[in-house]
Amino acid sequence: MPRFFSSCYGEESVHIPDGFLATPVWATLDAAAAPAVVYLARRAQRGFQESQAPLLGVMGAFVFAAQMINFPVGAGTSGHLVGGALLAYTLGPAPAAVVLTAILAIQALVFQDGGILALGPNIVNMALAGVAAGYLPFYFWGRRGRRAAMFLGGMLSVLVSAALALSELLISRVPMPGTVLWISVVLFTISAVLEGAITVAVMGALEAINPNCVRHRAGGGGRVLGALASAALLLAVVGVLFASTHPDGVEKLLHIVPPNSAAWLRKAVAGLTGVALIFGACLLFGRLAARHRSA
Amino acid sequence: MHHVILERWSRGGSWLHHRDPRAKTAALLILLVLIATSHAGFWLLGAAYFAVLVAALAWARLPLGGALARSAIVLPFSLVFAAISLLAGDPARAGALVVRSYLSALAVLVLISTTPLPELLRGLESMGVPRFLLMVVQFLYRYLFVISEEAQHMRAAAVARGGARWRAAAGALAVLFARSYARAENIHQAMLARGFGGHFELLLGSRFGWADAWFLLAAGGGAAAIRFAIERVAR
Amino acid sequence: MTPLIAVHGLRFRYDDGTRALNGVDFQLYPGETVALLGANGSGKTTFVLHLNGLLAGEGEIEVCGMQLSKDTLPRIRQKIGLVFQDSETQLFMPTVLEDVAFGPLNLGLSPAEAVDRAHHALHQTGMAEAARRAPYHLSAGEKKRVAIAGILAMQPEILILDEPTTSLDPPGQRDLVQLLRDLQQAKILVTHDVAFAEALAQRACFFEGGRIVATGSVSELVDRFGWSKIESCAP
Repeated sequence: MPRFFSSCYGEESVHIPDGFLATPVWATLDAAAAPAVVYLARRAQRGFQESQAPLLGVMGAFVFAAQMINFPVGAGTSGHLVGGALLAYTLGPAPAAVVLTAILAIQALVFQDGGILALGPNIVNMALAGVAAGYLPFYFWGRRGRRAAMFLGGMLSVLVSAALALSELLISRVPMPGTVLWISVVLFTISAVLEGAITVAVMGALEAINPNCVRHRAGGGGRVLGALASAALLLAVVGVLFASTHPDGVEKLLHIVPPNSAAWLRKAVAGLTGVALIFGACLLFGRLAARHRSA
Repeated sequence: MHHVILERWSRGGSWLHHRDPRAKTAALLILLVLIATSHAGFWLLGAAYFAVLVAALAWARLPLGGALARSAIVLPFSLVFAAISLLAGDPARAGALVVRSYLSALAVLVLISTTPLPELLRGLESMGVPRFLLMVVQFLYRYLFVISEEAQHMRAAAVARGGARWRAAAGALAVLFARSYARAENIHQAMLARGFGGHFELLLGSRFGWADAWFLLAAGGGAAAIRFAIERVAR
Repeated sequence: MTPLIAVHGLRFRYDDGTRALNGVDFQLYPGETVALLGANGSGKTTFVLHLNGLLAGEGEIEVCGMQLSKDTLPRIRQKIGLVFQDSETQLFMPTVLEDVAFGPLNLGLSPAEAVDRAHHALHQTGMAEAARRAPYHLSAGEKKRVAIAGILAMQPEILILDEPTTSLDPPGQRDLVQLLRDLQQAKILVTHDVAFAEALAQRACFFEGGRIVATGSVSELVDRFGWSKIESCAP
């Protein structure tokens, strides 16, 4: 059973195809992703210079190609780099988000891996939340304990994107009985640990070749702020997961929606609350990154 | 390689190939939304849309078997959840998952095999997608297989060398990273040498003509009409 | 006769301190073809990268009567067409036509004029049918010809080619020689390929340790520095 699952989950990252998500879910996330991507594209562009585009495109091609290099885990399985955290450390978080968005677009269009209407959710999961989750530990703790911060970053980037994807599927009432859910969680946790380890290993090898490769050194900012931001992000993700499995419970908690309204509305509100939390965390991170850049 | 096949398919000469990419993109989006939001008369609707897409493939003179097989990439994922639904006693949902995901993938394939990617990107730009992002996608696509080939060579070399595989893999990735980065710098130099001033000037996109308008009307309107009719019947 | 390029006392040091150019004096006259010979790392490529301002060192560089400076860079980059060693890096646009039109568009031509220039240049290099193709699928020789077309489309007065015969098979090398013979521009050829240099160049400069240590005909320098291939090694 587990091997069957890992073969159909394919890689460590879940690209949700079209046809799985409920309309409120993909519509909301498409609407959320669009302005975020426009904003990040402008940030990554650095003023009016478009000369960064070849670099970001080529590094996107690198991430694709990196899938071919296997990191053996034993028992005939191996993992490979997902790359969100690595890109954030070497290019900066906004460029990393743009690269991942481009990767998702190519995967959906050229390889039919991931849907088109589902691009919004996939972008939110991997290019936005995943990159933010990968960058935050490094940003706050990277100066001391850099390897630990990178490991944590790699791990969180996969965990957060997988958890969000899972939540979105759950909110959309995609059937997932308890055993399947737990198997998925276990698989994603393993992938997350792998990503952390691979990220640290590759960054180490990179620094041996070129000590200046880490473009965005960890900025200032207190440990407390870092802990708070990471906690907020994790809380948001857990919140979405919880909300997706217990939509009615959340509604009773929040008294937002009258009890007789349509099931999809209740679920949508629950999901939206979670997404809003994520979005808030991303905005916070964006503001921090802006402060860091001007520092 | 799929990429090579797509290049060939997308540069065909049929009427569909010649249509403005914006019209085709809009038609695709309409169809995808219709598929995603449908809830009644499912199998009939699926069959109808399937017939339409197959007809489009035939009209575009594209190999049917290849296209249908390519879209089946999504099936392993869908079939797992379909199986779970069946076991949970919800065959309607099982069918919906498989039909929706496959049809959506097939529809996207029809778009991408009748429109060369660079043209599609130009069309998306005039539909509001930021140019910078589209240039990144363009460069990604251009160098995707160049760098993948490099990775393949490195993989072969690493395997031949043996030794600590985790270390070798990390080293290989680091080298690939450094090479890719250096390649990007060389590309930048080549751009500067030919007068690049910081802003990409692009060739004209295509013109949106009457044929394109008719196509969009027929495709979008037709798909909506089909769904409307079938939902009436299903009720 | 006034030289097209006049270099006086060019010095350059890399960021890590290595001195790559140690006082180079050089002239290029209209209509002539000069070969730059020398060992790897002797400064040949570094030198040519200074001529269109991709690298900036100390010393004087004058191109077509203009002193090289930030203001004259755009015009100088139109006068000098640099063909890089790696065609894959030079052809960075998704189709041949877009790539060849890249230079003209940067020069401020309208898209229609740029396409015209591109078609003309492709015709000149015998690659007219490849206009809509993706560069990835071309052979090494075809890529080189498209790269040259991309330069010719800017109507330069000087062509600089960096190791152009690398990865070309013998027929490809012959075709390249033929093509270059038909082009009127003054040329600088950075090359290891002695036969190639002899076929095209009236004179040659030998680089050693960041300086030009000798000039003369190709065969003179080959004899003087023993710059010959393996077959002339006595067993």
